[in-house]
Amino acid sequence: MSIIGQSWGRYPATEQIVVPIRDRHASLPVSDASMLPYGNGRSYGDSCLNHGGTLLHARGLDRYIQFDPLTGILKCEAGVLFSEILGLVVPQGWFLPVTPGTKFVTVGGAIANDVHGKNHHRAGTFGCHVRAFELLRSNGARLLCTPSENAEWFAATIGGLGLTGLVTWATIQMRRIAGPWMSAEVHRFENLEGFFEISEASDRDYEYTVAWVDCAAKGRSLGRGLFTRANHAPACPDQRPSSPARRLGVPFVPPLSLINPLTLRMFNALYYHRQRRPVIHATMHYEPHFYPLDGVRDWNRIYGPAGFMQYQCVVPPNEARRAIEQLVRIVAGAGGGSFLAVLKQFGEQRSPGMLSFPRPGATFALDFPNKGENTLRLLDRLDSVVAAAGGAVYPAKDARMPGRLFRQYFPAWESFTQYIDPRFSSSFWRRVME
Amino acid sequence: MQRVLIIGATSAIAEATARLYAARGARLYLVARNAERLKDIAQDLLVRGANEVDNAVLDVNHVDAHEGVLEAAWQQLGGVDIVLIAHGTLPDQMACEASVSVALEEFATNASSTIALLTPIANRMAASRQGTIAVISSVAGDRGRASNYLYGAAKAAVSEFLSGLRQRLGKQGVNVLTIKPGFVDTPMTREFKKGVLWATPEAVASGICRAIDRRRSVAYLPWFWMGIMLVIKHIPEAIFKRIKL
Repeated sequence: MSIIGQSWGRYPATEQIVVPIRDRHASLPVSDASMLPYGNGRSYGDSCLNHGGTLLHARGLDRYIQFDPLTGILKCEAGVLFSEILGLVVPQGWFLPVTPGTKFVTVGGAIANDVHGKNHHRAGTFGCHVRAFELLRSNGARLLCTPSENAEWFAATIGGLGLTGLVTWATIQMRRIAGPWMSAEVHRFENLEGFFEISEASDRDYEYTVAWVDCAAKGRSLGRGLFTRANHAPACPDQRPSSPARRLGVPFVPPLSLINPLTLRMFNALYYHRQRRPVIHATMHYEPHFYPLDGVRDWNRIYGPAGFMQYQCVVPPNEARRAIEQLVRIVAGAGGGSFLAVLKQFGEQRSPGMLSFPRPGATFALDFPNKGENTLRLLDRLDSVVAAAGGAVYPAKDARMPGRLFRQYFPAWESFTQYIDPRFSSSFWRRVME
Repeated sequence: MQRVLIIGATSAIAEATARLYAARGARLYLVARNAERLKDIAQDLLVRGANEVDNAVLDVNHVDAHEGVLEAAWQQLGGVDIVLIAHGTLPDQMACEASVSVALEEFATNASSTIALLTPIANRMAASRQGTIAVISSVAGDRGRASNYLYGAAKAAVSEFLSGLRQRLGKQGVNVLTIKPGFVDTPMTREFKKGVLWATPEAVASGICRAIDRRRSVAYLPWFWMGIMLVIKHIPEAIFKRIKL
């Protein structure tokens, strides 16, 4: 069955055979084409695509194997979604150790991209909480990988973009919580300097920190935005929690992108000024705190048929202020800015992953409607800032970074290649190896 | 606490249904051919909240083995409240046309084995005077079509058998539910191109649970298939034989 495979950015368009995987004991399908595991398609670019090859659709590996409510250790198949795990563990007093901004990712995808979240400065990446997994290779070998057993395979597979083989199951350490509530504060900051001040003041006492930046603002307001910091709240919070919002959806792909310079400037200004007071406190359910966009089903359709491109980079601490300011200036100058501009400081904790993206410094995520050459040129300009600062770009969100820059950003790529399964490949990997 | 026996427990619809009962804290007894997959599913259901999960390996075409498995299930659960029969295959119609033995084998898997199971199950349920027997038939059993009439004939036999059984057991407090799914996206239908009429196993499973809870007689899943089949059933033969379905 050949289908047009899509990643979350709806760009690029590719075609591949999709083979459903439902039985973790079964061997991999036999085919001449190259294979790549595919979870729930939430990677933005082409790292989850394999044009002209086969996708091993592992979402069917959705069984739990064991959960111990005393220790919080979960063993499950690799196609289980974070949303399903939350449904299982939150009522039993546990939470995901690390979660990205969507709960619709699989465990296998989270390992392959070594995902991070708002608590990176405290907890590191998802890979830091993986205790073990099984790696199924195309030659039929099944490797039990832990930090001490097959340790080099463990390191290569965490952040290994699915290229080392198929992860069939994994064991993950959950984090204790008292209940589903979050106690959060939102601080308005006037400019980038304001962000770095509040970020440094917050990282010690707040488990989750992240900022939204108004990328349309210029001049003295350059880099203004809203800084959110939060902790898990006690079981019975002092403040009555607000009720969760209704779930909306984008029922079809509009013929044109609804995101254009005018709507962007309006949205950014409205969003920034919606909050009149410099600080607000709120007790809320974890869902709107962690997953505001999951409340709008298929939100990626608002960018129209051409899709969109994400750009997430990290720049080292000593270069962060200067580089982020340059990036915001380029985006603001390009007109319109970015609908979602997210800024956060990563912590020092190292991931076991060989090709892991997070590293100490400030990370900045942007998205742009795909306008072909114009967008690509803009992203090239961002790259020149990131490369000069000694930073890196996140493969899970990329559809265009030049191979030479990937190899500069991820110097471990060369030793990584020996762990790639000879029958595995991806559109991303072929692109950055050119 | 509901005691649930599922035959054909490794099928996608059965597994999705078992998860819903597990979340309610049910006690389950699973029957299927593949021991390893039964074990995977049993572990999963325990994590999802099932109170107890046991299983037995059975090929439904070995009719002589039925009674032993049923007895073990009844013993283990101390009686059964809900029986779900979910096993089945999707025969290759062309192969059934070419070979008598393939045709009879497929009919045995999809009809005779179900009738063989239902006979002792009906007697056991009648004796306890409560509970539900739910069987997955198909919309394909509502009218034979050139593209898969062996499957359609087998499912028609099951549906008609259930209709009679329902009349008989209704008086004894046992509900008999005929489940008629339309197109469901499962491994059984892997080769088909999927369109808007296709449902997920999860959606069908929640329809099954609802129909069992409400003691319904016949459930088309999703519901719109009732309208589609009503139309298809009423096309006169003179026209029906000329169209392609």
